[in-house]
Amino acid sequence: MSEQARPPRTVPRPSASFDEYTLSEIRRAAATGLYDIRGGGAKRRVPCFDDLVLLGASMSRYPLEGYREACATDVVLGGRFASKPLHLQIPITIAGMSFGSLSAQAKEALGRGASAMGTSTTTGDGGMTDEERSHSSLLVYQYLPSRYGMNPDDLRRADAIEVVVGQGAKPGGGGMLLGQKISPRVAEMRTLPEGVDQRSACRHPDWTGPDDLEIKIRELREITDWQKPIYVKVGAARPYYDTALAVKAGADVVVVDGMQGGTAATQEVFIEHVGIPTLPAVREAVRALKELTMHRKVQLVVSGGIRSGADVAKALAMGADAVSIGSAALVALGDQDPALEAEYQALGTTAGAYDDWHEGRDPAGITTSDPELGQRLDPVKAGRRLKNYLQVMTMELQTLARANGKSHVLNLEPEDLAALTIEAAAMAGVPLAGTDWIPGR
Amino acid sequence: MTLALNTELDVAALGLRQVNRALKATESGQFVVRNPKGAHALACGLQHPVEIEIDGPVGYYAAGMNQRAQITIHGNAGTGVAENMMSGTVRVRGNASQSAGATAHGGLLVIEGHASARCGISMKGVDIVVGGSVGHMAAFMGQAGRMVVLGDAGEGFGDSLYEARLYVRGTVAALGADCIAKEMREEHHSELAQLLTRAGLDADPSAFTRYGSARRLYNFEIDDPNAPEEPR
Repeated sequence: MSEQARPPRTVPRPSASFDEYTLSEIRRAAATGLYDIRGGGAKRRVPCFDDLVLLGASMSRYPLEGYREACATDVVLGGRFASKPLHLQIPITIAGMSFGSLSAQAKEALGRGASAMGTSTTTGDGGMTDEERSHSSLLVYQYLPSRYGMNPDDLRRADAIEVVVGQGAKPGGGGMLLGQKISPRVAEMRTLPEGVDQRSACRHPDWTGPDDLEIKIRELREITDWQKPIYVKVGAARPYYDTALAVKAGADVVVVDGMQGGTAATQEVFIEHVGIPTLPAVREAVRALKELTMHRKVQLVVSGGIRSGADVAKALAMGADAVSIGSAALVALGDQDPALEAEYQALGTTAGAYDDWHEGRDPAGITTSDPELGQRLDPVKAGRRLKNYLQVMTMELQTLARANGKSHVLNLEPEDLAALTIEAAAMAGVPLAGTDWIPGR
Repeated sequence: MTLALNTELDVAALGLRQVNRALKATESGQFVVRNPKGAHALACGLQHPVEIEIDGPVGYYAAGMNQRAQITIHGNAGTGVAENMMSGTVRVRGNASQSAGATAHGGLLVIEGHASARCGISMKGVDIVVGGSVGHMAAFMGQAGRMVVLGDAGEGFGDSLYEARLYVRGTVAALGADCIAKEMREEHHSELAQLLTRAGLDADPSAFTRYGSARRLYNFEIDDPNAPEEPR
């Protein structure tokens, strides 16, 4: 039988809708009956600071000498009502991350690195440990819906208090720490049975809305003798209104966290589909502060996907007073290190994509509560890496500020920016590069 | 500012901050606070074993985060009385609004009248005794400690409870998720009798029902499609 010529066929064509990730998620869901839980922030591409450029100086603006002239980076947070505001040497702080979600060594390293650069770290859902207090020269104490480990002694030994209303990874959601990470020490600190899947409350237990929050803040001030700055942190949901209401409630500082901001553990569907990106959130928060004539009086800290001095410079130019980093700081400590690739592979993932932080099996010893794994992280060396990273971000920030003729990084302004995409121009409220067009105006 | 024993502090004359400052400044003694008139955050953040009588109704967060102080409120209390208390005793002679004793870690809170919604929400070790009834979602996510209700409990009682133990003499409108009635064993009768004695309230422990967590929500359920179907 003669062999018939096979008619030409198309090559296999994967579906854009049913891509490899989507298919794997459907199979995972069908096998378990439980939604996917992971750590980190939104992974899909969203409009971000990469879509903006700084213009630099030319005929109409004079640059500062890049390597010689002073460009100050310090910032004061909390002077509105607090008698002891925080004076940070750099406008980059370490975001709230809990002991329990992170190892004691990681918390210590964050404190060491931040303190070396004269900036603050932040506690998380689960209370304050002696280790992080002693290694952080400036420590912000989070006041969360769960109130795990919350006690007035820690409130008084903090340098500032952050009332957490929400976070960018999950505006409207509470914290989560699965049973694998509820070790005896974590359980004791949170007054929970060992091994429970701890799903924190998403609403504060004793206040609802900004009028109540105003009274709550007054209570916190009475207890701390009106010394400590009080921050209000919101996930980027409706940042214009949330910022205005936080100011009304008496905040010294407003923290706005965009959807790229990480979490220790949350449903994937929540991380990727609730909240807005950091870029438009900054613009909306600044708009609220300016309309209330509170810009620079109530400080704005923004977070969510900040990675470099360029991100910081653009956030400040849009009107922020400082930024917070979380995920980037963990990478500086040693998270996602390709040197651990074999171990990431054994966990079914790869360096750079590891996000099963909730399982507590982090080979880098960072997102774990397992004391043995935690031993893998040398807090002194990791702290030094974080210090170096913060130093580089600061040098980058100064480079960009000087190029725009600024002797203080807070002098960066929206006029120093242009957008590369129509979306970013619309969201950031700066002109599309090469035009004077701001969509919507 | 040094204060003698039995000092009277007048909120109307001194203002809230001055009164709170005076209460915090002394390590022992007895105070009477006059004219509270619903002031918020009154007598909060105290750290020493002072005895305080508040002569009238208080606003939000009275006796908040209390440590060691003995505080009696002769009137009604607003939202969050004794919230996050660590130790000491707070007694409300009247009724209490929402979130009484919220997240409190220790000490004793006695409400001689009724308590509104979310009494004992996220309680973490406090003992709460309510002479009257409690509103909806009492002891929501209660982690540790004991709650005693001499009257009735509203809907969602003990919802998502962890290890707090609850005793109710009257009826429960509806139990919250994962909250169930449990057997009253000897140790529970004894514990309840002690709580009633400490609270100074007279009731027969045998008239109460104990409620606790069924512990079915402690961990997520992950299915195995290859496992045999459970009979319906």
